[in-house]
Amino acid sequence: MKALRLILPLAVFIVIVGFLWAGLGRDPREVPSPLIDKPAPAFDLVQLQAPDKKLRVADMKGQVWLLNVWASWCVSCREEHPLLVELAKANVVPVIGLNYKDRNDAGLAWLAQNGDPYRLSVVDADGRVGIDWGVYGVPETFVVDKNGVIRYKQIGPITVEALEKKILPLVRDLQKA
Amino acid sequence: MIPELGHFALIVALLVAIAQGTLPLWGAYRRDPALMALAKPAARAQFVLVAIAFGCLMWSFATGDFSVDLVAQNSNSQLPMRYRIAATWGSHEGSLLLWVLMLTGWSLVVTLRSRNLPAALLARVLAVMGLISVGFLLFLLFTSNPFLRLVPAAAEGRDLNPLLQDPGMVIHPPMLYMGYVGFSVAFAFSIAALLAGKLDATWARWSRPWTTAAWSFLTIGIALGSWWSYYVLGWGGWWFWDPVENASFMPWLAGTALLHSLAVSEKRGTFKSWTVLLAIVAFSLSLLGTFLVRSGVLTSVHAFATDPARGVFILVFLALVVGGSLTLYAARAAAVGGGASFAPVSRESLLLANNILLVVACASVLLGTLYPLVIDALGVGKISVGPPYFDAVFLAVTAPLAFLIAVGPIASWRRAELPDLWTRLRWALAVALVTAGVLPFVMGNWTPLAFVGLFLAVWIAGGTVSLIVQRFRPAPQQGFAAKLRANPAAWYGMVLAHFGVAVFITGVTMVKGYGIEQNATMDKNQTVQVGGFDFTFRGVVPVNGPNYAGVAGIIDVSRNGVALPTLHPEKRIYNAGGQAMTDAAIDKGFLGDRYVSLGEPVSDKGVEGAWAVRLYIKPFVEWIWFGCFLMALGGFTAMTDRRYRLVVKQTIAAAVGAPA
Repeated sequence: MKALRLILPLAVFIVIVGFLWAGLGRDPREVPSPLIDKPAPAFDLVQLQAPDKKLRVADMKGQVWLLNVWASWCVSCREEHPLLVELAKANVVPVIGLNYKDRNDAGLAWLAQNGDPYRLSVVDADGRVGIDWGVYGVPETFVVDKNGVIRYKQIGPITVEALEKKILPLVRDLQKA
Repeated sequence: MIPELGHFALIVALLVAIAQGTLPLWGAYRRDPALMALAKPAARAQFVLVAIAFGCLMWSFATGDFSVDLVAQNSNSQLPMRYRIAATWGSHEGSLLLWVLMLTGWSLVVTLRSRNLPAALLARVLAVMGLISVGFLLFLLFTSNPFLRLVPAAAEGRDLNPLLQDPGMVIHPPMLYMGYVGFSVAFAFSIAALLAGKLDATWARWSRPWTTAAWSFLTIGIALGSWWSYYVLGWGGWWFWDPVENASFMPWLAGTALLHSLAVSEKRGTFKSWTVLLAIVAFSLSLLGTFLVRSGVLTSVHAFATDPARGVFILVFLALVVGGSLTLYAARAAAVGGGASFAPVSRESLLLANNILLVVACASVLLGTLYPLVIDALGVGKISVGPPYFDAVFLAVTAPLAFLIAVGPIASWRRAELPDLWTRLRWALAVALVTAGVLPFVMGNWTPLAFVGLFLAVWIAGGTVSLIVQRFRPAPQQGFAAKLRANPAAWYGMVLAHFGVAVFITGVTMVKGYGIEQNATMDKNQTVQVGGFDFTFRGVVPVNGPNYAGVAGIIDVSRNGVALPTLHPEKRIYNAGGQAMTDAAIDKGFLGDRYVSLGEPVSDKGVEGAWAVRLYIKPFVEWIWFGCFLMALGGFTAMTDRRYRLVVKQTIAAAVGAPA
């Protein structure tokens, strides 16, 4: 009994260290999106390059795709843009752009200047669809599976690491499914 | 050249620390006086070396040497001199160097005040402190070197975080670290005693002043941090249960328990193994605090660098130091033995209750702080634990604790009689009940929380007054001055600190219960009434500081037509980084503060139009910090007690063979 009492502090400490060790590998700022594993919120939006055509979420059914939220006024978007262009060249997965709270002419000029990695972009000028999708900063990127369910959300610019370790493996898995 | 000198001094300090941490320990084991005697000069040399390193870093900051990476990151040529000096410890690397400076400083003081200590004990104490220093110096040199050069040198520095450009921030970290690191002395004494297998009342008497000193500094450090957040963050809050605040508060709670348990160990020879454990825990929590702040495992307003390598290093170090100490404790504490017995109602039992409550309070803060981490690690989800948890749990634990403050010092050692306690405390109880019952009505709103808070505050103050009266009245000395002198400094220290608690509780209760806050949109010359005060917005004027520009609002304040000092809350933009800062304007008063901070201009007329303004009435808020100050003052008073010095004289007298 006495021995147990003396060892107890050490035992408690070992448990705490275990949790601290586990905590080191995690990022406390990483907030999961409530939309993960939920059906992608529907939209029916005008296309940026072809204002007479529209795109609905349902149209993408049957394929894995990415939704990338971008804007010409967004500085961080320039950071991830070359990666998206590379991705588009590799032709692994279709990327749909959501031109968020932007002017059409500015968006088109930006694509002309920096390259257009998108299969097509849709226009969310007033940001309503952004609200539905829980966008709180540009850029953000969603991975949507064949059934139209959101499987991953990248907050902020896509990095090489995030692309290679998370997004592409996930996309390949989903494409096999 | 100067930075390289500092770097070199740090490397030599590491070598000295390794010697200090190993040879005297071996010497104490082998009973080799020559090896044991190494501890003292090594500790002194180490202090000088670390002080040189610190001086070099400070020099680089003061002269604005932007070829040093750390200076370029955290200073700027426009930064006023006092903040350049303070910037020395305003960064991760610099604050760690300050940590080590404090540690070697405490070691130095131990060598200076140690003439009465047995050689083996002193050797072990200094060796333990040396080993801690080895860990921190390795950490500094390998993961957080403050002297790294920037090639090519920057033309201009990035500037110190504007939040830190504040007089409070100049002294907050040194005070806090004095406290944090000061617990290393009590820790080292405990480890030394466990190693020697000898724990007695003398050990407790030696540990006590060091613990009291560390505790007092920590109290001031925490209070300064709270005061700073009150007037800098612009939200009128004074405590946020932020992980980093908690990290400083946990060692304080454990240290408070240690102070009281040491009293029992010294006077009655009981609680010894418990006291040793508390000393280990208090310092372990200081280290844990360092880990939490430096590793970025928890989100906090204080986060410095979040470098995983640093986190791993500190965690390994923490595991070695704390795991090692607790293993030693498990192996050796059984030999320490119990002590004199005591009755269920006695000062011992009351202090035991004090200790249990403080440890429970500390554990609940630890739980709340680590809970998000635990939940995340278990993969259950992401949560954050907020003030509602802490407020509720903390009140439940500290209310009985506060109640005991009035009873403990009045109860006798070994056995106290309940009827006697009743006789001695009934006046305090009556006054407290009446005040707490009536005062909230006068304030205009009677709530249970206000009643409990005011009752406890008046009860502690009343009980302490009873204690003084009953101590003075029957004393045999003639005249007030003689009676004053008859009590030891430690007793006055306790009285002061307990009054401090009463003052603190009053402040907290009044602010929580009767504070008013109002967000207003104010046009020029518009008046808003808050809590009986009229605030009139007179527009803004431009202000220019040495390294910032901005606007100051002009807000006239009056009560019933009587003008009070005009307030000038500022909105600043710092030149170097472009960060915006609010600088709240506060009219401080004994009975409360009027607190105004400037939001944003809200009309399309820009700064000339209407502004969002936050107006607060904070009754008795200054009492919170004044209470803390009294507690710390009590601690410093207790340290001057004659008996700590008497030991020195007696030992010297015994050594030279003269009568004491």
